[in-house]
Amino acid sequence: MKTVNQPIMKKDAMALVTGKPVFMDDKAPKDCLIVKVLRSPHANAKITSIVTKFAEKVPGIEAIYTWEDVPKERFTMAGQTYPEPSPYDRLILDRHVRYVGDPVAIVAGKDEACVDQAIKMIRVEYEVLPAILDLHKAKDQLPLVHPEDSWKALCPVGADNKRNLCASDESHDGDVDQVLADCDVVVDRVYHTKADQQAMMETFRTLCYMDEYGRLNVLSSTQIVFHVRRILSNALGIPKSKIRVSKPRIGGGFGAKQTVVAEIFPAFVTWKTGKASKMIFTREESQIASSPRHEMEVHVKVGANRDGKIRAIDVYTLSNTGAYGEHGPTTVGLSGHKSIPLYGTPEAHRFAYDVVYTNTMSAGAYRGYGATQGIFAVESAVNELAAILKIDPVRMREINMVREGQIMPAYYGEKANSCALDRCVERARQMIGWDEKYPCRDMGNGKVRSVGMAMAMQGSGISGVDVGSATIKLNEDGIYTLMIGAADMGTGCDTILAQMAAECLNCSMDDITVVGADTDTSPYDSGSYASSTTYVTGKAVEKACMKLERRIIHQAAKMMELPEDEMEFDGTCVCHEASGKKVTLQEIGTASMCGNPDALQVTESSSSKVSPPPFMAGMVEIELDKETGQVEILDYVAVVDCGTPVNPNLARVQTEGGIVQGIGMALYEEISYTEKGQMKNNSFMQYKVPTRLDMGRLRVEFESSYEETGPFGAKSIGEIVINTPSPALAHAIYNATGIWFRELPISSEKIAMGLLKKQ
Amino acid sequence: MLKIKEYVRAESLAQAYELNQKKSTCILGGMLWLKMSNRTFQKAVDLSGLGLDQIEETEEAFSIGAMVTLRQLEQHQRFNEFCQGIAAESVKSIVGVQFRNMATVGGSIFGRFGFSDVLTCFLALDTYVELYHGGIIPLEEFAKQPYDRDILVRLIVKKMNAQCVYLTHRNTKTDFPVLTCAVSSLDGKGYAVIGARPGRAVRMELPANWEQEEDCRELAVRIAQQTTYGSNMRASAAYRKHLAEVLLVRSMKKLAQERRGH
Amino acid sequence: MKITLTLNGKKIEAEIKPDMLLIDFVRQQGCSSVKRGCETSNCGLCTVFMDDEPILSCSILAARADGHKIDTLEGLQEEAEEFGYFIANQGAEQCGFCNPGMVMNAIALFREIPEPTVEEIKEYLAGNLCRCSGYEGQLRGILDFMEYRKNGGAR
Repeated sequence: MKTVNQPIMKKDAMALVTGKPVFMDDKAPKDCLIVKVLRSPHANAKITSIVTKFAEKVPGIEAIYTWEDVPKERFTMAGQTYPEPSPYDRLILDRHVRYVGDPVAIVAGKDEACVDQAIKMIRVEYEVLPAILDLHKAKDQLPLVHPEDSWKALCPVGADNKRNLCASDESHDGDVDQVLADCDVVVDRVYHTKADQQAMMETFRTLCYMDEYGRLNVLSSTQIVFHVRRILSNALGIPKSKIRVSKPRIGGGFGAKQTVVAEIFPAFVTWKTGKASKMIFTREESQIASSPRHEMEVHVKVGANRDGKIRAIDVYTLSNTGAYGEHGPTTVGLSGHKSIPLYGTPEAHRFAYDVVYTNTMSAGAYRGYGATQGIFAVESAVNELAAILKIDPVRMREINMVREGQIMPAYYGEKANSCALDRCVERARQMIGWDEKYPCRDMGNGKVRSVGMAMAMQGSGISGVDVGSATIKLNEDGIYTLMIGAADMGTGCDTILAQMAAECLNCSMDDITVVGADTDTSPYDSGSYASSTTYVTGKAVEKACMKLERRIIHQAAKMMELPEDEMEFDGTCVCHEASGKKVTLQEIGTASMCGNPDALQVTESSSSKVSPPPFMAGMVEIELDKETGQVEILDYVAVVDCGTPVNPNLARVQTEGGIVQGIGMALYEEISYTEKGQMKNNSFMQYKVPTRLDMGRLRVEFESSYEETGPFGAKSIGEIVINTPSPALAHAIYNATGIWFRELPISSEKIAMGLLKKQ
Repeated sequence: MLKIKEYVRAESLAQAYELNQKKSTCILGGMLWLKMSNRTFQKAVDLSGLGLDQIEETEEAFSIGAMVTLRQLEQHQRFNEFCQGIAAESVKSIVGVQFRNMATVGGSIFGRFGFSDVLTCFLALDTYVELYHGGIIPLEEFAKQPYDRDILVRLIVKKMNAQCVYLTHRNTKTDFPVLTCAVSSLDGKGYAVIGARPGRAVRMELPANWEQEEDCRELAVRIAQQTTYGSNMRASAAYRKHLAEVLLVRSMKKLAQERRGH
Repeated sequence: MKITLTLNGKKIEAEIKPDMLLIDFVRQQGCSSVKRGCETSNCGLCTVFMDDEPILSCSILAARADGHKIDTLEGLQEEAEEFGYFIANQGAEQCGFCNPGMVMNAIALFREIPEPTVEEIKEYLAGNLCRCSGYEGQLRGILDFMEYRKNGGAR
């Protein structure tokens, strides 16, 4: 392959490294209105009165809106395919505020200073209600987070607002209780993960303006332009035809921008006032009022025989969706469906869950999407099991891991058609020197070096749901335009999709111009989430290019007046071998623009009935200070099977980035609330993401399988890479200390105090 | 957001002092902490034009101007030779180079922050503060005083035979410290400083025979007990006390080793 | 109030509010490479040079820049392209939002320490957060750049 599987530089790379004005706020007109919101100081309260008349008098204020001014139809802000599994439980502004940070009023004015001043002058009285801050105290308990009758769930996900339930379900294969009873050993453990923040460097932000056709134009830092259009239509109560959504370059997303977070406020202001407006979240708002990971408590039982064969896995997840249900019913599913299938041996499994409402910040989509939480639990439980059975944890995996060709009952019965997990584990074992280093070495100075491991999987798009599309057209100079609705958020999908097009059309990367997501001009795409873009949209690109090639040959045949089926296209010319005649691509492109009724433009969609999982193994070596509890990462090796890496450089950097986010989650990214429900980790001063001094050394390799249903054998890479650090580090810390830590983050304090207690 | 009605670049300390007597005035040092506040000031008085950004060395002392940045302190070769690198060591983990190019020694010391690496470091040396109105007083005394409206002009660090060790524990490499610990021997007299307790750093004297003590740990426990520890988002009081003992043992051992090397 | 400063080599005079931050001033002057990532001086995205030293433009008053020399990436395009190529060549620019600040600080690093060790690189750039790349690719790019400079600027 000439361009696919090559480490090609991203098309926008030089613009980014030289700081060109390509982001939303770089493009905003200088005189647009500034939009901010007044946020609730209470975790659960009813607004009894709200007075805006003093605030409205502040010079420069354009408009102030309260719950009385907004439509009364509920909607969800989750960027999902319609009908969304997430319940319709939101209003733009609600009289009932449900977490500290919930919007109370929208203020628009000519500059930040006047808006800030006006916000201070809005007088609000609240009836403060008791709040639920603990996920254990929600299901079938009072108060109800959503007592309102206008709440509704569009899909049968087991939601019931009168029980504080956002979703609930159970699925199984075989009789788990019976098999567990028959096992030699059963580990029965509970693991807890927090509502971590994606903390992308560019906070949530949106610019809105009215165009010459009286339509609302929305330029937003989003992963999901088409879903944003529908959500705004629902929220504002206006037709979708009146809305256009597009995206500039995005300063990171990681799933955060798969939810509408900022968009509705400036959209409402611009729709009402007719004036351009923008909203830029502060970092504090991005921390306290956004769309983080779902806090989950995962109860795992794994039963095995003394020889190490795993016979049954039972997972129950309690997930906290916070005040609203965005992605609540779906994230939880991955905690079982993408952890249990890592093992091919069980005779039975069961997976049950409850997703509860509480008066904390609403959760959303964050890279890994529930799989991260579930894999931390299941992989930790298997490591605990290996320790009890005194079997090397790598050996434990060799006995039990899923193999190519196996059916995965817990993964919707799909078959693992492409799976190099065994090679990933073996290669990682060699890279880190597992056999020499497991479990630990005392360094003699109060420090211990130890190793830990975990496996992971994810999906490649949502089977039977996600749609990816591509439009490709030939221009007169022989250059192609590729139009996509998928969103490059730094991941490089503009580039890798162009690589696929260049490979199909046998041309250079420079011959493909990519036009990104715009609801007016892009073919429909669900958006960039669920690890879908390479696999789903990539397939659409492949299909579209193949069809365009036939059209090009058809056009050439007309020009040469020779039979189509005797022609060949080599990327620059269509040749008729027998006669030696040929026409160039430029000639074809030019000819197509004169007296030609056949468009040299093709749109194709793709959707897959399966979601082939990528697999990986992660192994880590740490040095742990037994007195202070300090953990230093010495070496992190990751071996990934993402099918064919379309761009090995970008796949590698995805892996490295995901691992470092995962390290932060495992060791220090903390989310905690005061008794009154205020989120304490509300800045980069109090929410510590890893710096380059914290992450140690990373080494990434690929062991590729070939996925027949993917473009050029590719599967996904974006999400899986965040899943191994938590269980691998917890394992390494156990190997150094003899203590299992089942709650994240595993701070040095927990380690040091745990060791003191043990002595 | 910080709001300032008038910006004044001070032309003299006298002027700055006079302006600062009003509660509605603030002094601009590095302004990193001030910048995060939500307050409104009538006047902000900038000290950056007063030549206070120099580290000067005489026979007896180092004089460190209030506007010397943490980065200058970190990179000052002579001063770091004198204090065996603890100045550099104490600031190198503070956020990043850009931050340290802005944060000032004066701001750090005047703030007497409960997380201060800088205060811990200077308490381990024989340090005095020169206040515009209050004159020259020992840093140890200044560290205990309540905030007033005086202006810190410079630090004076008396030269003596100094051996020092500085250790901290942090949850991440560039975060605030969970605990700071400095141990020094100044002309043979031993001191221990514990900071980020999370209260203001405190200085304690080591017993005369500290190097001869058989059980360094027992001594560390005794010293650690002399001050109090609190809980905040970064750690609990119990962990801090434990860390104080651990870091004291380590720094005393290291200091004793260094002194034997001398 | 009025300030006079040299921005990217050009002397400018401007009327500003006393509490305007330098980041907002330079962005207003068209230097949109300068990004804001936090309010707590933690992220390094807003790095500019004041009198050739890297500082955080979000944490200093524009008034303080009066009489000084300020440089942003807009004024260092050649260096940015030369160095940035190596980051881009690794795919380590990713979303690009943190890049201008990181590139600025890397330029400062190489001016101060022409041949830094890996440890010195990490320490100097520790105040530049990146959530996409995991830093390893940036480090590879920086080491490649150093190799290129050692070879007299030949790729």
